[in-house]
Amino acid sequence: MQLVVTIIYYLFTAYIAGLMIWNLLKSKKWQEEVLYIIVLIPFLLRLLRLK
Amino acid sequence: MKIKGSVVRKASILVLGLVLAFFAGTSFYQSRRLKEPVVMGPGVSRVLSLSRYFPKIKGSINDVHVYFLEGKEPGGTVCVLGGTHPEEPSARLAAWLLVENAVVEKGRLIVILSANRSATTVTRLGGAYPPDYTIETPWGNQTFRMGDRWSNPLDQWPDPEVYMHYPTRQELAYVDIRNLNRTWPGRPNGTLTEKTCYAMTRLFIQEKVDIVIDLHEAELQYPVISTIVAHPKGEELAAMAAMVISGTEGFNIGMEYSPEALRGLSHREIGDNTPAISLLFESPEPFLDATRGRTDRALLLEGKDDFIVKAGKHGLLFEKIDETGWPIDKRVGRHCSTLAVVLELWSELYPERAVIVEKIPRYAELLEKGTGWFFTDPSHASSDKIRYE
Repeated sequence: MQLVVTIIYYLFTAYIAGLMIWNLLKSKKWQEEVLYIIVLIPFLLRLLRLK
Repeated sequence: MKIKGSVVRKASILVLGLVLAFFAGTSFYQSRRLKEPVVMGPGVSRVLSLSRYFPKIKGSINDVHVYFLEGKEPGGTVCVLGGTHPEEPSARLAAWLLVENAVVEKGRLIVILSANRSATTVTRLGGAYPPDYTIETPWGNQTFRMGDRWSNPLDQWPDPEVYMHYPTRQELAYVDIRNLNRTWPGRPNGTLTEKTCYAMTRLFIQEKVDIVIDLHEAELQYPVISTIVAHPKGEELAAMAAMVISGTEGFNIGMEYSPEALRGLSHREIGDNTPAISLLFESPEPFLDATRGRTDRALLLEGKDDFIVKAGKHGLLFEKIDETGWPIDKRVGRHCSTLAVVLELWSELYPERAVIVEKIPRYAELLEKGTGWFFTDPSHASSDKIRYE
């Protein structure tokens, strides 16, 4: 059960990382783009199992 | 032209982010995999994996080494746990010194250096802790992972909204489901941290352990400090040890009763769920204090901090501190001497279950020579004598 929940959380993480990239592509303000990238980094590190 | 400029800007920001992620990720990757050599001393007779006592953790990060130091004469068995909370370095270092130096004459000493190895591979999220620390030795430097209080989320994630301790169902802080000192006596079908406790509980029962000693450090603003916390079965032993130490070893140590209402802690659950006496030793670690200044390696190893000294002047601390701080040698020395005295008293009280151990470095020796003096150079040891934590 623990493993199933963990997999679901990794899927959540991937989904949110995808949203960040989508927002980055759609944004028209450079300040927002920088913010999306900063928020994206911890999600990437978790997906890559680095932190 | 405007669209092209926007694409270039977005690509530049994305590349910048990926560069940052690469450097951060490389640092985390290297830290998690830093090799810590242990040179087994003449007292170590065999090394087992913890999964021998509970095969379900085989191959996991917490399938840790269990070092056996066995005497020629039969006697009792004492188990020492280092690394329950790896961010409390004197606990791991004191256990390390036992494996590299101690020689057992009678009975058995079982030592685990990284009781929660998963927690050694991460530092406090958002805490800007150093990833590691280095102890100077006569032959060079030896580097250890800094670690955290909780298991690495890469090994156990997510945390629940509410953590219900097993088997008492007491509600504890959600994050403490990854705290090895809140998950005793463990659960066979639980989380990694619970399974690790369960494996060690089986070890204590199968190996007929008489005393389990869990080594820790505490912040100076926490009332349970510079003390032995004892399960009711070990109160007499702990009280005697505290008196002897305060009279002979050159430092003072107190004794506390293990509270019955707070569950999941080693000093309570091991005593309740196994035949063993459970004791927990606490040394002072200013690095853990909330009012500390810069959180760096120097603070971790020297224990000097002006802000904490100031807090002490305002009566906010439960342990003294001055400009000399709480250096690591002092903290390791406290653990080593306390352990040595407990073993001596136990052996006097119960000669048939005696555990007589020589060459445990004592407090005065550690102050004089330093912790590093007692480490062995792995580059001059034969490969069969080296294990990596």
